[in-house]
Amino acid sequence: MSGQVAIVGVAQTRFQSEKRAQNYAELVHEVVSELFRTTGATHDDVDNIVSASSDFWDGRTISNMAIQDVVGAYMKSESKVSSDGTLAVLYGMMRILSGQYKTTLVVAHSKGSEGVPNLIANAAFDPIYQRQLGIDGLSTSALQARRYMEKYGVSEEDVALVSVKNLGNARKNPYAQVAGEFTVEEVMQSGYLAEPIKKLEASPISDGACALLLAREDIVDRFTDKPVWLKGVGHCQDSYYLGDRDLAESDALAVAARRAYTMAGIDDPRREIDVAEVYDAFAYQELMWTEILGFCPRGEGAELIRSGVSTMDGTLPVNPSGGVLAAHAVIVAGLVRVAEAALQLRGEAGEHQIPGAKTALAHGSFGYCGHMHCVWILSNEK
Amino acid sequence: MSEEIIVRRTALRIPYSWAAGAHATRFYREIADRRRIMGTRCPRCERVLVPARKSCSRCFQDTTEWVEVGPAGVVTSFTIVHYSEPRIQPMEPPFAVALIRLDGADTALIHLLGEVEPSEVRTGMRVEPVFADEPKGRILDIRYFKPVSVD
Ligand SMILES: [Zn+2]
Repeated sequence: MSGQVAIVGVAQTRFQSEKRAQNYAELVHEVVSELFRTTGATHDDVDNIVSASSDFWDGRTISNMAIQDVVGAYMKSESKVSSDGTLAVLYGMMRILSGQYKTTLVVAHSKGSEGVPNLIANAAFDPIYQRQLGIDGLSTSALQARRYMEKYGVSEEDVALVSVKNLGNARKNPYAQVAGEFTVEEVMQSGYLAEPIKKLEASPISDGACALLLAREDIVDRFTDKPVWLKGVGHCQDSYYLGDRDLAESDALAVAARRAYTMAGIDDPRREIDVAEVYDAFAYQELMWTEILGFCPRGEGAELIRSGVSTMDGTLPVNPSGGVLAAHAVIVAGLVRVAEAALQLRGEAGEHQIPGAKTALAHGSFGYCGHMHCVWILSNEK
Repeated sequence: MSEEIIVRRTALRIPYSWAAGAHATRFYREIADRRRIMGTRCPRCERVLVPARKSCSRCFQDTTEWVEVGPAGVVTSFTIVHYSEPRIQPMEPPFAVALIRLDGADTALIHLLGEVEPSEVRTGMRVEPVFADEPKGRILDIRYFKPVSVD
């Protein structure tokens, strides 16, 4: 990669089940204002904007029109990603690497409270072969959870450990929506939504927004003395038809991770990565994703938690923020993984800071059962 | 000072008319006329794709051969749905959604299970389709799959 790109500022709202006091634009205004306040940047410093939002979740075609005024898009280039926010970071970085821009404002917003999540999720399935079956993100993820658990001998108690860890971690994250001290027993007793997924193993749907400012290496000093460098990225899509895949596997994540590790020069992720934020929309997903990311052999994701490796004081803490289980603004949640990784590397994660973190992994996903994956490697060393 | 925020409640109502395409049309015609479930074979990877598709997602090849599959098959994963969303769900919870690999197919079909207690459903169970009396060219022309009777 010729030239480097850094994250020079991050901002996020508190995530809540309903943020009625703010409309979409006001949510975005909050994070962009915070970003400008903390970086000293002004609208004049923003060369272009990549936003992430969804027409269907917003209930408005061309959803980015709702926010163009507050991101300062007037007479600038603004382009929308209708997928996870990790991809908005990718396009933002590419715009800077093109040589045309020095900075990119990356911003994502979503208010799950204003639509009907299950209906929106169901509408993602094709109307000819699948939609009438009434399937959605929860029921299809349950198919994946069972397939994974049966193939690799993972118990329901193993999966419950993820919720215990992440919701426990979330108690120290002021932006989290769901947090608490739960036992495996309490997670097991929280009631099935779609077997084997239980209530405390499913992420909430949140309202919120997140923003990052990216800058070309020669001007990062203007905004921060703690830049976080984008060292590697990989992105990959799987088959759309869920029945075409073995849902216990995620070849797309394996490919995305390999690309990111190669670009960043990571040979041994378990040893070289200090902290990871992964897309645990459901508890079982953290086990699957961490195994496929190469943190441990397949089927041993729960052992990472039991042995303390991926807990807050372990050698590779996973989701110290509480992850997506603690707050899930659709589209936004992947960008929050990047923002949380950046906060860790800046030493600004507050009570959930992992001391001395130098290299972080952030992971986003979109679609059902990990249809799309995007993996980032970030570092506070150039 | 806290003033109640006005909330506008409405809905987007946009009718669509989705063309199924020639392959899905034949897939449903076979169910309606012959009570057969059909897949299509990719000439390169030789996988039989069910439901039938015009092209192979992995090889970017047009499928060239129609293959009758099943109609029975094996449950490769399933869930029992406990939450209710009557605006989309075709059955009352609790009901079973399953991935079913029909005999002769290389991919699984997502569908519903019926005539079985949710607590009796198992991975590996053999199931067969129950067809709708009046097919309408939609996936619920197969009402659901039921356990294959052993006697
Ligand atoms: Zn093929």
